[in-house]
Amino acid sequence: MRQIGDVILDLRNISLAFGGVKALTDISFDVREHEIRAIIGPNGAGKSSMLNVINGVYRPQHGEIIFRGEHRHGMNTHMAAASGIARTFQNIALFKGMSVLDNLMAGRNLKMKCNFIQHALWWGPARREELAHRARVEEVIDFLEIEHIRKTPVGRLPYGLQKRVELARALAAEPEILLLDEPMAGMNVEEKQDMCRFILDVNDQLGTTIVLIEHDMGVVMDISDRVVVLDYGRKIGDGVPDDVKNNPEVIAAYLGTQH
Amino acid sequence: MIYRETGQFKTSYATDQQIFPIRQDRIGVLLLLVAAFVVVPLVAGSYWFNAILIPFLIFALAALGLNILTGYAGQLSLGSAAFMAVGAYAAYNFQVRVEGIPVLVSFVLAGLAAAGVGILFGLPSLRIKGFYLAVATLAAQFFIVWCLTKFPYLSNNSSSGVISVPNIEMLGFTFDTPQSRYLFVLTIVSLLALAAKNMARSTTGRAWMAVRDMDVAAEVIGIPLMRTKLLAFAVSSFYCGVAGALYAFCYLGSVEPDGFSLDMSFKILFMIIVGGVGSVLGSFLGAAFILLLPIFLDVTMPWLAELVHLPFDSATVSHIQLMVFGALIMFFLVVEPHGLARLWQIGKEKLRLWPFPH
Amino acid sequence: MQFFFEVLIGGLLSGIMYSLVALGFVLIFKASGVLNFAQGAMVYFAALSLVGCMEKGAPLWLAFILALVVMTLLGIATERFLLRKLVNQTPISLFMATIGLSFFVEGLAPMLWGNQVRSLDIGLVDEPIAWILDQYNIVVSTFDLFAAGMALLLVGGLALFFQYTRVGRALRAVADDHQAALSIGIPLQHIWALVWGVAGFVALVAGMLWGSRNGVQFALTFTALKALPVLILGGFTSVPGAIVGGLIIGSTEKLAEIYIPPVLQDIFGGNFGGIENWFPYVLALLFLLVRPEGLFGERHIDRV
Repeated sequence: MRQIGDVILDLRNISLAFGGVKALTDISFDVREHEIRAIIGPNGAGKSSMLNVINGVYRPQHGEIIFRGEHRHGMNTHMAAASGIARTFQNIALFKGMSVLDNLMAGRNLKMKCNFIQHALWWGPARREELAHRARVEEVIDFLEIEHIRKTPVGRLPYGLQKRVELARALAAEPEILLLDEPMAGMNVEEKQDMCRFILDVNDQLGTTIVLIEHDMGVVMDISDRVVVLDYGRKIGDGVPDDVKNNPEVIAAYLGTQH
Repeated sequence: MIYRETGQFKTSYATDQQIFPIRQDRIGVLLLLVAAFVVVPLVAGSYWFNAILIPFLIFALAALGLNILTGYAGQLSLGSAAFMAVGAYAAYNFQVRVEGIPVLVSFVLAGLAAAGVGILFGLPSLRIKGFYLAVATLAAQFFIVWCLTKFPYLSNNSSSGVISVPNIEMLGFTFDTPQSRYLFVLTIVSLLALAAKNMARSTTGRAWMAVRDMDVAAEVIGIPLMRTKLLAFAVSSFYCGVAGALYAFCYLGSVEPDGFSLDMSFKILFMIIVGGVGSVLGSFLGAAFILLLPIFLDVTMPWLAELVHLPFDSATVSHIQLMVFGALIMFFLVVEPHGLARLWQIGKEKLRLWPFPH
Repeated sequence: MQFFFEVLIGGLLSGIMYSLVALGFVLIFKASGVLNFAQGAMVYFAALSLVGCMEKGAPLWLAFILALVVMTLLGIATERFLLRKLVNQTPISLFMATIGLSFFVEGLAPMLWGNQVRSLDIGLVDEPIAWILDQYNIVVSTFDLFAAGMALLLVGGLALFFQYTRVGRALRAVADDHQAALSIGIPLQHIWALVWGVAGFVALVAGMLWGSRNGVQFALTFTALKALPVLILGGFTSVPGAIVGGLIIGSTEKLAEIYIPPVLQDIFGGNFGGIENWFPYVLALLFLLVRPEGLFGERHIDRV
């Protein structure tokens, strides 16, 4: 068991609107190093938008993001990726025309320093770099048990494996924070168990901080250290799973009340 | 069974990453290179060089350029002929205006000039995608050809922009025979093809393909969209520019801007559709196919026309050519969108098992 | 100033002609999501069919109907043998397939009808109307008025059709999402036949007007290329946009051709005609940088 460390990501008063639609209103919460933080809430609560704000796909109109002590009004995607934030998407965002191996190697692109002329010449620095990164990517492949499909074009894989490959690509970047958007959506029980195991392994063995959106309450309560609950763009709960489970507002909004 | 891979283990990532991981492929390519560099110059006649082999290599290079832009990076371009024109005219200007400049340096500079123009017309790709971009490249096509026709400086003040290029001279040796020109073109094209293959399988190629497949996701993993797209335009235009320079210097000897028309851009696009989008091999297969097709039609048409008792003249031939081209494009897009390169791959896979059925 | 108006009006009138071709594009795009590059070839084919029938002795009205039948058949064949097989491909693949189709039709048309240039007489005179010329010093002919009238009629009719009729609504549904349209019972086959029929009609009208003005010849196919900047300006899915786009392209093209060369000639010397060849495209390009969806088009949002 790792130690949960200090706060590495602090979100303060984040507000995001699209035209007249308020996706997020004044949301504040923090994420500690090495923890698994879940974001839950009914559909349309703004969970994906929250992740999008964290990794720079959307810029919030108000609020601050403080990552490792650095203040930012908003991230852009490049900054986020360079700072060590990686993510997966609700609808798989893999590069369908490339093989699994290529997708993972693409995930490491920020760590590759050669320019295109060196690539064109191949022999020398480009080749060395490629082989070195290939070795690292193979470690991720081993870790997630996808050796048998490494050369397969991603478009041909079944849904569950594609989700796993997406996780692998995010891991290939050796991130500090991993944002997972419904990593178990559409999976059967076995696949969910596998994915759970992998997520816990990532957190345990690699020490990666994980921010996770998930609908399966069983999974969330089981594996997360702390939970944030959103509803209609507002935060209605924040704490350890047990506290959140017993919070009357959360129960009313999400888990259902008895009338 | 000839083509079996059993027994060929890869024990290191280095051997796994080779361009030709299968031994039979390596032998095949070696034989091909020997044939191309040694056998053909000894055996072929000058008609073959001048009318078939040299244009094949030149258009394969242009197709390769377009493949980099459209096939790997996913940016549809209808202006490849215009970039060839830039290369041709730039090379001519450098050769004629700079005393004693080596020919290869002119070619490289011509490629760079084309790359610069390519970046300029590629800037819109940062905002627009798909067939909107195609229309933008049409702007490049028409504008560049117009510039080359109307600004006399670019054609050394000749009327209507026609330029006649001198023979290539390197280290005292003049490339004035078909064989020598063929070998010159072959060397350049082979080296650039190798460079393209290397780029395609490296981080550069992966960045291009990521932008093609899903640019939002590519951005999220840190791939710089602008730099990647503009690099694709630059490299692609460089290749087209060098192809254009070769076209002027080693093939026609004399070119005019209208010769680099929209028709030629379409031809090059057809080459990559038929040959295989996103494939180095496909560029060559497509170029061969599209170039040989008119010759094939020329030869078989009279015979066919007699068979069907149709009146036969040159107009009919050109109409039939149009129809066949069009039909081929539609056929390939419907039946095998990945072109001849994929058919080749499927053929090899069948060879793995042949003569056994499973 | 007088001269400016003359050029402007001339440009507007030729712009209307571009709009007619662009309308065909918009129709097909609106109903099937396909950008039919072959529309220009179809205009050529339609005009040739019309002239061909008339040469065989048919009066104009009969030839028109026959040509319309031919165009509808061509459209249905295209849908059946080409587009249907490409249902799941990317828009770029579809676009490239229509490029192939355009080459095919460009070869087929003269094979069937011969390729010599023919004139097309539809009974309208293409000479300036005397009293307008005298009163306002502007060159407008009966033909121009007829063309403008036809264009406005078509645009008005089609706009109403799409907005207010049941069939029009079905067409818009199909363009949005084929699967969804199928699932609520919209008969795709019939719809597409209808769309191609209407597009064929528009192509025929355009071909008839262009053909009688410039003669029926291969150059008609290039009108398709000019329609692309019109579409960019007006938006790919907007019927009124096609008119507005056409007017803008037509007028700016002519104005550029008249007013830019003297400036360049002063600076560089020499002759600078031919600006019309590229000006519409560069204009469209600059426009795209500012407003990627055109004046009337719909904004495309990428959802992650």
